[in-house]
Order: sequence, then structure tokens, then C-alpha cells
Amino acid sequence: MTAAGATAALAFDAVTCTFAARGGGERYTAVRDTTLAIAPGEFVSVVGPTGCGKSTLLNLAAGLLDTSSGTVMVDGAPLEGLNRRAGYMFQADALMPWRSALANVAAGLEFGGAKRAEAAPRAREWLARVGLAGFEDRYPHQLSGGMRKRVALAQMLILDPEILLMDEPFSALDIQTRQLMENELLELWSANRKSVLFITHDLEEAISLSDRVVVLAAGPGTHPIGEFAIDLPRPRDVAEIRLTPRFVELHEAIWQVLRGEVLKGYAQAKH
Amino acid sequence: MRKRSTELRLSRAGLAAIHVALAAFVFFMWWLLTTTKVLPPFFFGEPLKVVRVVIEWFVTGKIWPHLAITLWETLLAFVIGSLIGLGVGLWLALSPLASAIAEPYITAMNAMPRVILAPIFAVWFGLGVLSKVALGVTLVFFIVFFNVFQGVKEVSPVVLANARMLGASRGQLLRHIYLPSATSWVFSSLHTSVGMAFVGAVVGEYLGSAKGIGYLILQAEGTFDINTVFAGIVVLTICALILDTLVTKIEARLLVWRPRAAETESL
Repeated sequence: MTAAGATAALAFDAVTCTFAARGGGERYTAVRDTTLAIAPGEFVSVVGPTGCGKSTLLNLAAGLLDTSSGTVMVDGAPLEGLNRRAGYMFQADALMPWRSALANVAAGLEFGGAKRAEAAPRAREWLARVGLAGFEDRYPHQLSGGMRKRVALAQMLILDPEILLMDEPFSALDIQTRQLMENELLELWSANRKSVLFITHDLEEAISLSDRVVVLAAGPGTHPIGEFAIDLPRPRDVAEIRLTPRFVELHEAIWQVLRGEVLKGYAQAKH
Repeated sequence: MRKRSTELRLSRAGLAAIHVALAAFVFFMWWLLTTTKVLPPFFFGEPLKVVRVVIEWFVTGKIWPHLAITLWETLLAFVIGSLIGLGVGLWLALSPLASAIAEPYITAMNAMPRVILAPIFAVWFGLGVLSKVALGVTLVFFIVFFNVFQGVKEVSPVVLANARMLGASRGQLLRHIYLPSATSWVFSSLHTSVGMAFVGAVVGEYLGSAKGIGYLILQAEGTFDINTVFAGIVVLTICALILDTLVTKIEARLLVWRPRAAETESL
């Protein structure tokens, strides 16, 4: 895996992440000895039981967290500080509430030094691409949950990052909106293939979107315990593909592995 | 929903009528008790004479220079106090070491009744505008400071992480994340801080000055002219109400991005 990490867009090389305990309690190891590589243009989903440390893995890839040991490699070079090649889509609302939809999408360009007048037309274009033409002047609180996710998607994609890190981005949406957003994401992704590390607890979402699904063990000290190549044909429709026999087969195979971990995680949460 | 809003509107009109009626009743009782000498007019004033003094002030224009001075002091105290509060609040909130060092002093200064500083300011800055502004600033500063401090502490970590991932530098985080978040808290305390600036100006004048509404009240009190004292109070109250209404207007314009409870849009 280490050799593969040299050419991968994003690679974890024996990464461990331990949090110092507050108030003298025990230290908590969220991620232990994880090795995982994402090839350029590959869509990888990571599934695992709730609270197993999936988000920690993503924060390590983003450079928002430092590893305790091991390295995160980006395009073959060890990551130091923030991952400038990555875009991050958060699970919670991350839009700036005091900026309009347009200004939120333009924010990244402005931070990069673009003038407001240069950034605005491109932000307008991206808003239209995620289906929000005409909503430029709305503030986040005036948009629905699905619309806010679209703004967040445009906000990330306008910077054209090579790696997309997505942390259960659609988990707060209702099932219909969610499938629409998943299809839109696939469409945007296939037009301009990025490497994607997609975190979810929804196995169906993971299979229908990805090239590969990685199953994480229950925490603490989570690490990959299974990898499944998803050989479903593309382009896919996330709603339709769920009904194909191959999908059901894959789902069953992965669920066999995931099930035990979910039960473990559930037992831990009860204590 | 529609039905509820009309109900509210109706009751709002009714409420205004009750407000006016209550004021008229108090005024009438005041007049009745003082003309029948149940309450001695020497101590309690006479409402009709109070009204006459107020009208005379505005008709002869005697009030304008005093009012202008008081409002000027209020404005200066508010602007200077807010700017210092904003600056110090941002600095202390973003520097844990500085805030750890300053914390006991801030607490002590906030706990101290600051009106007592007025004589010291009079000695330092004279009896002119400056000493009143200084008093107002000490009152406004703490309100703004605590709100900014809180505002910066409560910036959503996700919004912050998102801005960092979008490439914001430290300076840009300050300008585009901390400052808007902090100013929203400053605006939410605008009513209190404008009120406090006004209090600082009037109290400062009352304790020693040559101009201003506080000075008029002080002078009238010196000659036991209770009606003029009441007239001064009436003018101050009206000013405070106008300032408060202005603040509400400004607030509504500046905080458009803030969610309001149950905001519906009619199509």
C-alpha cells in the first residue's frame, strides 16, 4: 500500500490519531494504524458505524487535524498544514450566514485574491450549475436545507479542488432531495473527475455513488476492515441502480462485514 | 397563520390606544392631585406649567444648543466606546494569553460603579464636552466589549473550518468571519449601548457643566424650579425614545441576514 501511496491523489500511510483527554481522563484513539489510498479520479466511500471516527479521518485528510503518527500523503508528498488541494463539504451547515448565496460561493475566490467584480460572474455561473439561478441574493436562512447544500457544493467546486472531501453531506436531507443531490453530484463529478473521499453511514448511498467502498471498524481505534470494488456501470441513476441484482449482491456482501461493527458500535453506545 | 397575524395587528392598535389612555390618565391624576393641593405643587410640579416650559423652550429656540451638545456627547461616546470595545474585544477574544492577564481587571472595572469616575474626568478633561464623552465611553465600552468577546467565542467552528478550507488567511478570517459575527452581537446590544451613551452625557452634565440638558436640570434644581426639572426630564425621555426608534431602524437594515422567527414571504 505504501508504494501505491506514492502515486495516489490522497493516501493515509499507517495513520494514528489520538486525542489528549480533557481533565485527566483516558486518552482516546479515534483512528489507529489506518492505511488507505485514493487514486486520481477515484470515488471512494467510507462507511462505518456511528461515532467510529469517520469524520476524524476526513479532518486528517483536510489537514484540520494533525496525525499522532503516520503520514497523510497528497500527490505523493507528505501533507503539512492545511490541504490546499482539497475541498471540504461539511456535514453541518458551514455557510457564512451574513453572506448571500452569491457571496458565499464567491468567498473562496475572494480569499484567493480575486476582486469581487471578477468573482461574482463565476459564482453566478456556479450557482446556476447547481440549479440555484435566481437565488443569488438570498441569505442562507432564507434557503431550504437542500438549497444550502447546493450552495455549499458550488462553494467548494468553484475553487476546482483536485480532491473532494465530503462528510455525510446529504445526511440531513429528506430521501427525495437526497437522491436528486446524489445524482447531481455524480453528474458534476463525471464531467470533471476528481478524487473523492466520501464519508457516510448509509451503505446504499455509498454503493450507488462509488468506485470503491471501504468499511471501517467500530471505534475506538477505527481502521479499515474491508474493501469492495463497485463494478456497477456508469453513468448511474442512484434511485434506479438500487434495484439491480448486482447492487443487491454487493449490498449483501458489504453488509455482512458492516453488520458486526454496527452491532459493536451499538453495544458501546449503550454503555 | 394569516388569521393570527390580523389578530395581532388588531390587538396592536388596541394596545396603542391603551398606552395613550394610560399616559393621559397618569397626567390627569397628576394635574388633579396638584391643583387640589393634595400633593404640594412646589415639590411635585404642575403638569400644565411643565408643558408650557417645554413649548417655550422649543418656540424660543432656547433648548437647541443644549440639546445639540447633549446629543453630540452621546454620539461621540457611543462611537468611541464602540470602536474601543470592538478592538479590545477582538484582541482579547483571539489572544488567550492577553485575556487571561486582563480578565480580573476587566471584571473589577466592570463591577465598579463608573458614575463615580465623573468628578475625576471633570478634573482631567474640564467641564466641557470631553469629560462627558469620557464617562459615556466607560459605560459603552463594557457593553460592546462583552458582546464582541462573546460573539468571537461563539463563532461556529464549522463555519471557521470551512473558511479555512476555502483558503482564508488569518487576516481574512478576522475580517470575514470574526468581525461580522462580532458586529452582529454589537448590533444586538445597540439599544443598551446607545442608551448608556445618553446616560453618560446627561449624568456628566448634571455633575458639572455649562451646557446641555443635564445642565438645564441642574440649574432649575438650584432655584427649586421643579417644573423646569420635569420639563428637562420630558425632553430627555422624548429624545431617548427617538434614539431608540432610530436604532431599531438601523438594526433592521444592517442585520438582514439574521433569521427572524417564522419569516414568511407573501407572493
